[in-house]
Amino acid sequence: MKALGFLLLLAGWAIDLTAVALLVDATPRAAFVLAGIGVEIVGLVLVIRSHLFPRGERE
Amino acid sequence: MQIPASGPSDATAALCVVFIFLLIFAGIGLAVINTGLGRSRSAAHSMMSSLCVFAVAALVYFLCGFAWQGFAGQPAHVLQIGGKPWSWLGAGPFLFRHAALDGSPASLAALFGMLSAGLAALIPLGSGADRWRLGPCCVSAALLAGWTFPLFAHWVWGGGWLAQLGVNYGLGAGFVDAGGAATIQAVGGVTALSIAWILGARRGKYTRDGMPSAIPGHNSVLVLLGCALALLGWWGLNSAGAIIFNGAGAGDAVLVAINTTLCAAASALTAAAITHARFGKPDASLTANGWIGGLAASSAACVFVIPAEAVAIGVIAGALVVFSVEWFEFRMSVDDPGGAISAHAMGGLWGVLSVGVFAQIPARAAGMAGENASNHQGQWIAQLVGIATLIGFVLPLTYGLNWLLNRVYPQRVSTEGERHGMDLHELGAGAYPEFLTHNEEFTE
Repeated sequence: MKALGFLLLLAGWAIDLTAVALLVDATPRAAFVLAGIGVEIVGLVLVIRSHLFPRGERE
Repeated sequence: MQIPASGPSDATAALCVVFIFLLIFAGIGLAVINTGLGRSRSAAHSMMSSLCVFAVAALVYFLCGFAWQGFAGQPAHVLQIGGKPWSWLGAGPFLFRHAALDGSPASLAALFGMLSAGLAALIPLGSGADRWRLGPCCVSAALLAGWTFPLFAHWVWGGGWLAQLGVNYGLGAGFVDAGGAATIQAVGGVTALSIAWILGARRGKYTRDGMPSAIPGHNSVLVLLGCALALLGWWGLNSAGAIIFNGAGAGDAVLVAINTTLCAAASALTAAAITHARFGKPDASLTANGWIGGLAASSAACVFVIPAEAVAIGVIAGALVVFSVEWFEFRMSVDDPGGAISAHAMGGLWGVLSVGVFAQIPARAAGMAGENASNHQGQWIAQLVGIATLIGFVLPLTYGLNWLLNRVYPQRVSTEGERHGMDLHELGAGAYPEFLTHNEEFTE
């Protein structure tokens, strides 16, 4: 889950770079940049969840 | 953002050097705050770590950091994508051999960068307090000052692709970060998050049912004194950054100092008011974190907003810091004794976004012809791309580097060392030898 999360973080960043480089119109460019950040948020949630310990195992 | 071709006048350059000297107070402030928010049995270790980390960062930045950061107009590695140049890494000579160190813009950037790298390296010490060994934290600082910081700083301050988003793709004035809200604060903050994840929580921090226990800092006086010192450092940080990277004049330092002070003040008072409303009394450590969060948030737009807007940025930063401290501790199980993640990462990211919301960037600072303010359209997209880069690239990079380091050189102190305290275990003597060691959480 952690590896997938970090992969999604990088994928979201790649979407943003691609949107900036390839799209010219402001609206689709903004939409894809926001979509890339959305993918990053999903990745961040996965990374966060991978660092949560199951209840009862903490000291 | 385009860096103006003409450098500052001699008088402005001299003033800029004085501003850069003030940066050391930001470092002292952070070191004192981290120490005060940690345990008494790790106080000497905390200050020792701060000194060593700052020293390592300065040396490594001198060795290779500035060569990879570079400065606008100096050699760089450039990719051509769709006919547009994407400058991704500086290609200057190592060991500061790029030019005479005589007050030129590049030499000011080198001095500013050396102290900024040290400042960024101090930030993770807050999240790793009471359990981060001295040796690994110095190696981690070397990785930050030698690679992560210069790489991102090149993109923002060295004429890199983020700075060129305006020229190449019409996104406002490109990514704008006058005083280092992204380059110093957010980079240090996401590194602090990586360190907190890799080290894990302090023993006794979380109960078996997952509830966090309060481990209060040992010296609130140090913490609040550190806030005052940090303000002095931030005046220098924001003023020097605005002059070197955004073409501000010496007189703009007045606006920068006013905005910086107002932002920190509004943020701290907001944090105090929120904690008073929720807990019945204002919380000193959260108010201090709010102050630092406000300073971090002030950096990006310090010279591009009016004072009323700086107050608004500070109010939002203060609320953000208070709620994110709670969120990280309760929801994410992240043990961050110094509040570094909330104050520096969250504050810094909000500061970056605030440029897109509030800032009016004059044409001279954007490297454009004409007297009017630059076209604001697209500025917020440039800022969002910068935020996406911090979360989507810098976080995995810094986590990966520290994860690898942890595999070959374990970063966390042993259980026995944590029980004795970092002072006795790593330094052989405590900061307060007349104190008894409190270890009740290990005797249950």
